[in-house]
Order: sequence, then C-alpha cells, then structure tokens
Amino acid sequence: MRGVYTIWLRETLRFVRNKSRLVGSMGMPLFFLLFMGTGIGSVIGDSAGGGYTQFMAPGVLGMMLLFGSVFSGLNVVFDKQFGFMKEMLVAPISREAIVLGKALGGATAAMLQAVILLALVYAFGVLEFNVVSLALLIPVMFLISVGFVCVGVAFASKLDDPHGFQLIMNFLIMPLFFLSTAFFPLDNLPPWLKTLSLLDPLTYGVDAMRSILVGQAAFPLWVDVAVLAGFSTLAVLVGARLFKDMKL
Amino acid sequence: MMGSTIVEIRSLTKRFGKLTAVDAMNLDIQEGEIFGLLGPNGAGKTTTISMLSTTLAPTSGKALVARHDVVREQDAVRGAIGIVFQGQSLDTELTAYENLDFHARLYAVGDKETRIKEMLELVGLHKNRDTLVKNFSGGMKRRLEIARGLLHKPKVLFLDEPTLGLDPQTRRHIWEYVKRINREDGVTILLTTHYMEEADYLCGGVAIIDYGRIISLDEPQKLKSRLGETVLDFHVSDADAFCGLLKKNKCKTKKSAVGGRVQVVSSDGEELLPKLVSLAERNGVQVKGVSMHSSTLEDVFMQLTGRTIRDEAGNEKETLRQRFRAMEAKR
Repeated sequence: MRGVYTIWLRETLRFVRNKSRLVGSMGMPLFFLLFMGTGIGSVIGDSAGGGYTQFMAPGVLGMMLLFGSVFSGLNVVFDKQFGFMKEMLVAPISREAIVLGKALGGATAAMLQAVILLALVYAFGVLEFNVVSLALLIPVMFLISVGFVCVGVAFASKLDDPHGFQLIMNFLIMPLFFLSTAFFPLDNLPPWLKTLSLLDPLTYGVDAMRSILVGQAAFPLWVDVAVLAGFSTLAVLVGARLFKDMKL
Repeated sequence: MMGSTIVEIRSLTKRFGKLTAVDAMNLDIQEGEIFGLLGPNGAGKTTTISMLSTTLAPTSGKALVARHDVVREQDAVRGAIGIVFQGQSLDTELTAYENLDFHARLYAVGDKETRIKEMLELVGLHKNRDTLVKNFSGGMKRRLEIARGLLHKPKVLFLDEPTLGLDPQTRRHIWEYVKRINREDGVTILLTTHYMEEADYLCGGVAIIDYGRIISLDEPQKLKSRLGETVLDFHVSDADAFCGLLKKNKCKTKKSAVGGRVQVVSSDGEELLPKLVSLAERNGVQVKGVSMHSSTLEDVFMQLTGRTIRDEAGNEKETLRQRFRAMEAKR
C-alpha cells in the first residue's frame, strides 16, 4: 500500500505541476463539442430533444478520459528513457504496487481533466446535472480511466521510444474513440459496424455516462458498469503482467 | 567494522544468448570497505551490479548481499542496498527534496525529514533543496543520487561508474564525498569504474575484470608493486624486433596494441633506460621516444591483457554487442 500511494503521489504531483498539459488537453474536446457538435447538429436537426451537442457531450467526455488515460502510459516510457524506472524497480516494493500506483495516478489525472471539462460543459449550458448524477458518474469515470491507463502501461512496457508509443497509440485510440458511439447512436448502425462498436469497451463507458447525464442509453446502467468493471480488471492484470516482464 | 563478509559471489554467471557477460565470478567483499570493480567497457561490471541489485536474474551461480540471496530474497536485498546507477535516474521534474521524499516513502524511512536534511547537508545540496532537478549540473545530480542511495541507511552502496562524464574537478569532489560517507556512515561501497586513478584513490581492494572474469584481485598498491616500480614506454621503429631483443635480456615487456609501442616494467627504470636505448641502437632499432613513469593500475591492466582501458563514455550493452559480433566473426 505504501508503494501504491507513493507512486500515485508522484504521478499526481507531476500532473498538477504540468499546467500546459492540463490546459492543452482541454482544447480538443472543446473544439469537438463546439464546432463538430454545432455543425453536425445543424444538419441533422434536433433529433432527441436535447440537441446533438447534448448527445455528443458524454462521448467527448469519454474521449477525454480515453486520451488522458492511455497517454499516461507515456510516463512509463519516459521513466524508462530518463532512468527513473530503475529507481522504482530496485525499491523494496512489488511490481504490482508500481502498476497499481501508476493506474491510480493516471486515472486521477484523467478524471481531473474530465471533471474540469464537465464544469465547462455545465457552464456553457450544454448539460444539466446534479449531485446524484455526479456521484454516479465518478465511479464510471474511474473504471474507464483505470482500464485505459493499464492499456497504456501494457504497451509502454513493450515500447522504448516515446514517438513510437504515440504513433501506435493513435492507431489504437482513434478507432476506439470513433466506434464508441460518441457521435452516433448504436441502434441504426449496419451490423458490421455495430459488432465493432459492441467490442469497444469505451462504448459501454460512453453509454453509461450518457444514461447518467442525458438519460438516453442503449443498455441498462448495470450492464455498462459490469462490462467496464470486467474490462478494467482484465486491463490491470494484463498491464501488471507485461510490466513485470519489462526489459530495461 | 572489518572482518565479516557482506557481499559473497559464487560462480556467478550471466549469459546473453551465446555471449557470456559475466563468467563464473567468485568474489568476497568485506564489511566497511570500498571495493572497486575495474575494467574496460563491456567487461561485465554493470551486469554484475545489476545481478547484485536484483534487477537482472543470473544464468547460474549465486550471490549473497548482506546475507540475503539475490534471487530468492529479492525484497530483503533491495531493502539492504542503495544504488547509484550509471545513467541518470532522478525525476528531473521534481525538486531535490521531492526526489528524496519519494525515496524515503518507498523505503519507509523513519523520521524522514531529519534524514533528508542530514543527507542534503552531507552532499552539500541543502541550499538547493527546493530547486527542480532539471536545473542541476551533472555533478549536483550525481551528489543528489548519492544522497538518495544513502537515505535509507543501506548496508551496501553500489556506485556504477559514479564519475562517468564528469569534469576532473567535480570528479575530485565526488571522491571526497564517497570517502566521507564510507568513513562516517561505515557503509560498504562497491563501485565500478574504468578510471584507474579513481580505483587507485578510493578503493581498499580492486578486482580487475576483463571479458566477465576477474583476472587480478588485490589492494591497488600491491597490484602495482607486484608489477614493478617504474614503467618505460618505448616508441620504436620495429616493435617486434625490439621485443625480441628485450626477451633475450630477460626484461618484462608487453607489446601494445598501438603500433610501434612497447612497454617495459622494471624496478630500476632509471638505470635500465640508457641501457635499453643503446641496445636498440646497436641492433638497428630506432628509438623515436621514451617516457618513464611510476606504475599505475592502467599499466597493470596493460600487462595483464595487452590492451589499454580506453577512457570512453560507453554503454555496456553496446560494447557487449560489439564483443558478440567480434566473437561471431572469429568463427
């Protein structure tokens, strides 16, 4: 536990100190929401009562969590490159504690970003929510981010080059994001696309957040949460496994 | 303090594929001493340290550090050692204090504030406590790493090439700190280096290693006196002929890998020098230059291997790779 907390503390300290990362990470989701949301919304009109921007908002939140989480795996690559990984590996703490600390640290960072985005969305009047929905939202965001941080850690354990990591992650992130029903509902998709979307863990994350924030959903909330919990657990296990086998 | 064995290495071997990086090494290090592993890049020094610090699993053989097995009791070993890696290993986005604080938490150091303060003062960085490490010079980073390695009061401190890439003045400073922590904390220090003068100045015992094997082991002074007091470096027109002449006159010689250079070791260099020059001239070997100096560990290495330890900053993996390629090419 001591180890987990210490690793988490460092990740969080580094994140809070790095203001440019925090501000920069807000850009993309806001552009999506503002430009794409308004633009596409003007074409398809007011379909589901709340407008397209409102439909898209949980999807953009999911994007924020996905990007923020997966790229915290980049810290692992940098730790390897700048040698700090060695300091952690010779410490009298288990490898599992390091991975768990990293996962929680990355999740904290991603969730902080998401909460700020949520506040902005609220301020713009796109979404309305209360304390209850926020209380429901936090655990869902936690499951999403822990899962995807571990996906990032898993890849980072195998890769040594930060640029390579970013390239490969883009290959992974973009389809995950587009398939996640962030932009379109699941119902009317052609079967092949629907199948792919159903295989994307982020679909259930976006669906859960949409059901909490907007009240629309493809699945009952408990199904979403169950799938997310399964995904996160699996990701932690795989991440820890690959991290243990890591070569410096 | 002296007397009990704190690092015990028995037939320790590490193979990377067909290449043997560390070859059945046996070594005992006594508590409280500063011991040096001396050898060129790729000799297996860092590989040895990696195995002793549990970050690399040995292929065979065993090693005990502070009476704990490095394979079976990894956590106990990790708690008992401090390590300063060859490459930089600080978090440069954090301050000096934060780096030490992180370390203290990982190792569950009791009364960490006091200990951090002590360590920062020991390495003379207390004024830079709250400076981000990225603004530190190379020497300051090294000192901070040494402070960090000592923070949790380890029984053994590993220093892997502690002064690699530092300027001579900073190197001197680091030496003084190393001597001081050994004296004041009583911590056993195992350091690797390819700087002869570093091993000579700091170490009570030295193991010279080459191709993963210990080829000589003793106190630096004894290694040198065994060799002879003075070393004559000849630069001649025909090294082979000159060596032949020297052999007939029963001189201890070694032909250098560098063309035309021959090294002669002797206990009375001053008398021998004019004799050898005239001997060469009489036999048609032209002497282009001679220099004489009292013997160093560099000469010991030269006598043992016929090569010099080049003063180059290198990465052990790369050198091992080169060794591997050379080995393949020989077949």
